[in-house]
Amino acid sequence: MATRKTAKAPNVSADELKQYYKDMLLIRRFEEKAGQLYGMGLIGGFCHLYIGQEAVVVGLEAAAGEGDKRVTSYRDHGHMLACGMEPNGVMAELTGREGGYSRGKGGSMHMFSKEKNFYGGHGIVGAQVPIGAGLAFADRYLGNDRVTFAYFGDGAANQGQVYEAFNMSALWKLPVIFVIENNQYAMGTSQKRSTSTDEIYTRGAPFGIPGEMVDGMDVLAVKEAGDKAVAHCRAGKGPYILEIKTYRYRGHSMSDPAKYRTREEVQKMREEKDAIEHVRELLVSGGHASEDDLKAIDKEIKDIVNKSADFAKESPEPALEELWTDIYASDIPQGAAVEQDA
Amino acid sequence: MPTEILMPALSPTMEEGTLAKWLVKEGDTVSSGDILAEIETDKATMEFEAVDEGVIGKILVSEGTEGVKVNALIAVLLEEGESADDIGDTAADAAPAEAPAKVPAEAKAPDAAETGPGLVQTKAPEPDWPEGTELKSQTVREALRDAMAEEMRRDPNVYLMGEEVAEYQGAYKVSQGLLDEFGDKRVIDTPITEHGFAGIAVGAAFGGLRPIVEFMTFNFAMQAIDHIINSAAKTLYMSGGQMGAPMVFRGPNGAAARVGAQHSQDYAAWYSMIPGLKVAMPYSASDAKGLLKSAIRDPNPVVFLENEILYGRSFDVPVLDDFTVPFGKARIWREGTDVTIVSFGIGMQYALQAAEKLAEDGIEAEVIDLRTLRPIDYDTLLTSVMKTNRCVTVEEGFPVGSIGNHLSATIMERAFDYLDAPVINCAGKDVPMPYAANLEKLALVTTDEVIEAVRKVTYR
Ligand SMILES: Cc1ncc(C[n+]2csc(CCOP(=O)(O)OP(=O)(O)O)c2C)c(N)n1
Ligand SMILES: [Mg+2]
Repeated sequence: MATRKTAKAPNVSADELKQYYKDMLLIRRFEEKAGQLYGMGLIGGFCHLYIGQEAVVVGLEAAAGEGDKRVTSYRDHGHMLACGMEPNGVMAELTGREGGYSRGKGGSMHMFSKEKNFYGGHGIVGAQVPIGAGLAFADRYLGNDRVTFAYFGDGAANQGQVYEAFNMSALWKLPVIFVIENNQYAMGTSQKRSTSTDEIYTRGAPFGIPGEMVDGMDVLAVKEAGDKAVAHCRAGKGPYILEIKTYRYRGHSMSDPAKYRTREEVQKMREEKDAIEHVRELLVSGGHASEDDLKAIDKEIKDIVNKSADFAKESPEPALEELWTDIYASDIPQGAAVEQDA
Repeated sequence: MPTEILMPALSPTMEEGTLAKWLVKEGDTVSSGDILAEIETDKATMEFEAVDEGVIGKILVSEGTEGVKVNALIAVLLEEGESADDIGDTAADAAPAEAPAKVPAEAKAPDAAETGPGLVQTKAPEPDWPEGTELKSQTVREALRDAMAEEMRRDPNVYLMGEEVAEYQGAYKVSQGLLDEFGDKRVIDTPITEHGFAGIAVGAAFGGLRPIVEFMTFNFAMQAIDHIINSAAKTLYMSGGQMGAPMVFRGPNGAAARVGAQHSQDYAAWYSMIPGLKVAMPYSASDAKGLLKSAIRDPNPVVFLENEILYGRSFDVPVLDDFTVPFGKARIWREGTDVTIVSFGIGMQYALQAAEKLAEDGIEAEVIDLRTLRPIDYDTLLTSVMKTNRCVTVEEGFPVGSIGNHLSATIMERAFDYLDAPVINCAGKDVPMPYAANLEKLALVTTDEVIEAVRKVTYR
C-alpha cells in the first residue's frame, strides 16, 4: 500500500487499534461471504455490500457509548456487526431463515435489534433520517443523555425530508449525529451529477448545525470526529453533521455492473486508501502485532464468518404460521367500561 | 476435491443467463477477486469474480452459451496437486443447461391450433390489430422503450425524467438507448428526490410539456404521492377545466422477488380510487406498448403500473407504424362458458395458467384482462358474467379494498340475477411481504388458489 500523506500517529492504544482491525476485517470477510452466498442463490433480492466503507461504522461505534442508538439504510450489514449484533443472526436473516434477527421476515435491508439499539435497516432512501431525529427526540423527551447516529448516503442527502429533519433537530436541539456516508455514488449517479455542492455537510449551516468533512478511509480520523460530535450532542447543544468521505468497492447491489466508473478508479482506492490495510500497517510498524499475530486474527475472523454461513444454511426456513404473526401488537389496555362489558 | 464453479445468480429475478465471455482459460491460475467471466442477465452484463483460489481445470460451458441456468456447473477449479483427471464423471456429465426454446405458456394467447384434443374451445378472441398484420416477438421492456421513443419522436415536448433513466439506461433498463437518441435535454437523470421531481414534472405539465416521470419502482412514488394526487389529479377540476397535468407516472409496481416488505407493493387499488387519474396496468408487451403510447398522448395524468417480473417476458407485438391501445377496453384472452376469470397485470399469468389447467378437467374459463383500471371496461366484464354466471377475480395486491372487491360490488349491483355463485376475490395475503422464500410464496396469489376458487364457484 502506498503511504498516506496524512498518516497520523495513532492516538489510541494498541489494543483499541487491534480491535478496530478485527472489527473492520469481520465486516469485510462477512460481506465477501454474503456475496458468495448470493451468487449461489442462498440470498435473494437486493443485497448491498459495505466493502470499502468499514472504517466509517467502526470508527463511530468506537465513539459511541452505552445506550446510544443507531439507524441506517439498506446498506446495513456493517452497522449491525459493528454494534455487536451476532454474525450468525445477521447471516441467517440474509438467507431468510428462522435464526435471523427478524426470523427471516425482514431480509438484507430490514433488520433490527432492540437489544443493541439498532433501529434498522430501512429500504426507502432518506427515511431513516427523520426517524433518527425522532429517536433523539424521544431521548431528549425522556431526559437521558443518549445520542443517536443517523446514517445516510450522499444520494439520500438530496431527499427533502433530510432538510425537514435538519430544521426540527436544530430548532429542538435534538441529540442526533447526522452521518453522511459519502461513498461518492448513489447507484450509478456520481455526487457531481446529482448534488449542487461538493461539501454536503455545509448544508447544515443555514440551519445552525455544525459539521465537518472526515476521511472515511482512516478509522482514527473517524473515531476522533465521532468523539467530538458525541460530546457536542451529549452536552445538549443539538445536532451535528459528519460527512464521511468513503468509497464502496463493489457495485451498488449485487446486480449492478458498475459501468459508471472505471476499474482503475476502484483499483486505486483499494490500493492506496484501503482502511483495513492502513490499520494493518500501523499495527505492524508500531510493533503492536507480528505477521503471525495478524494471521491468527485472519483465521479467527474467517472461522466466525464460516460458522455464520453454516448457521445461515442450516437454520430452517421460518414456520409457515410466521406469515401471519407480528402484523399487530396485541397488548391494548382497555378502559373500565370495556372490562365491565366483558 | 475440485471446486465446482456454478452459474451465479446476479439479480433478484435472474433464473438463467448468457455466458458471454470467459476471461480465463483452462490451466490458468486464479485467486479470489479475479474476474472469471462476463455474464449477461436480461438487464446487464456483469463480471463474475472468483471466490476461491486454484487452477481452472475444466470449462464446461463455452462462451456464447445462452440460457445457462443459475447454479448450473460451468467450470471446475483445481486446488494445488489436483489434475483435470480428478474431475469426476458427475462434473463432466453436468453439461450446460440447454437454452430452452421457450415462450412461457402464459405468454401466448390461446389459439385454436394449440387446444388439445377433446377441448371445447370457442372461437379465438379478436386481437387489437387487423388480421394478417406482421408480428414480432418483443419483451415488455423493449415494447415500453419503443413506445416512449415513438412518442418522443412524434412530439418534441415529451420528455423523460427519473432516477438513473439516462446514463445508466434505466435501473431496469427500460429506457435503454433513449439518452443516445434524444440527448440529455429530454432524457434527464434526477437526484433521489421523488417528491421534488414529481412536483417539478407537474409544474412542467402545467407549463405546456408532456413529462414522463419514471419511478425506479412505485414503492418510491409514495414519497411523491402528494403531487400525483393533490397536484396532478385534481387541478383540472379545481381550475374549472382551465388547466391540467398531461403526464405519465410510470415504473415497476408490485412484488419483484425477495425484496421484502418495503419494496413489494401493488398500488393498483390505491391509484384507481382517485378521480382525475387514469390508471393502466398492462400484462402483455403489445398492451404495454399500445397503452403507453395512448397514456403519453392523454391530456390527463396517467399512472402506468409496470411489473419487474414481466419486463423480461416476450409476447407478439404487431409491426405497425402507430399502434395504440385505447384505455377502457378490456381484452378477452380466452373465451369460455363456465366461469369468468378477470384480472390485470401480472395477475393474468395466474388467470391464464389456471384456465389452462381447468380446461384439462373440462372447465372452460373465459379470461379477461382489464388492462386499464381507470377507466374500467365494465361492459365486457358484465357481458361475460351474464354468460358464464360465475366470476373469480385475480390480483396481486392486498385483499382489503382491492380491485376485486370493487368488481364484486359492481357485478352484484348490475348482474345480481345472473350470478349462480358468489364472486370470489383471489388476492395477495393480508400481510406485509415477508422476505423468506417459503413465506413469500404463501403471501402471493397462486394459480392453485385461482383453480380452487373456480371449483368453488362452479361447484366442481
Ligand atoms: C425513495 C427511494 N428512491 C429510490 C430508491 C432506490 N435506491 C435504492 S439505493 C439508491 C441509491 C442511494 O444512494 P446513497 O444514498 O448514496 O447510498 P449508498 O447506496 O451509496 O449507500 C436508490 C436510488 C429507494 N430505495 N428509495
Ligand atoms: Mg452513496
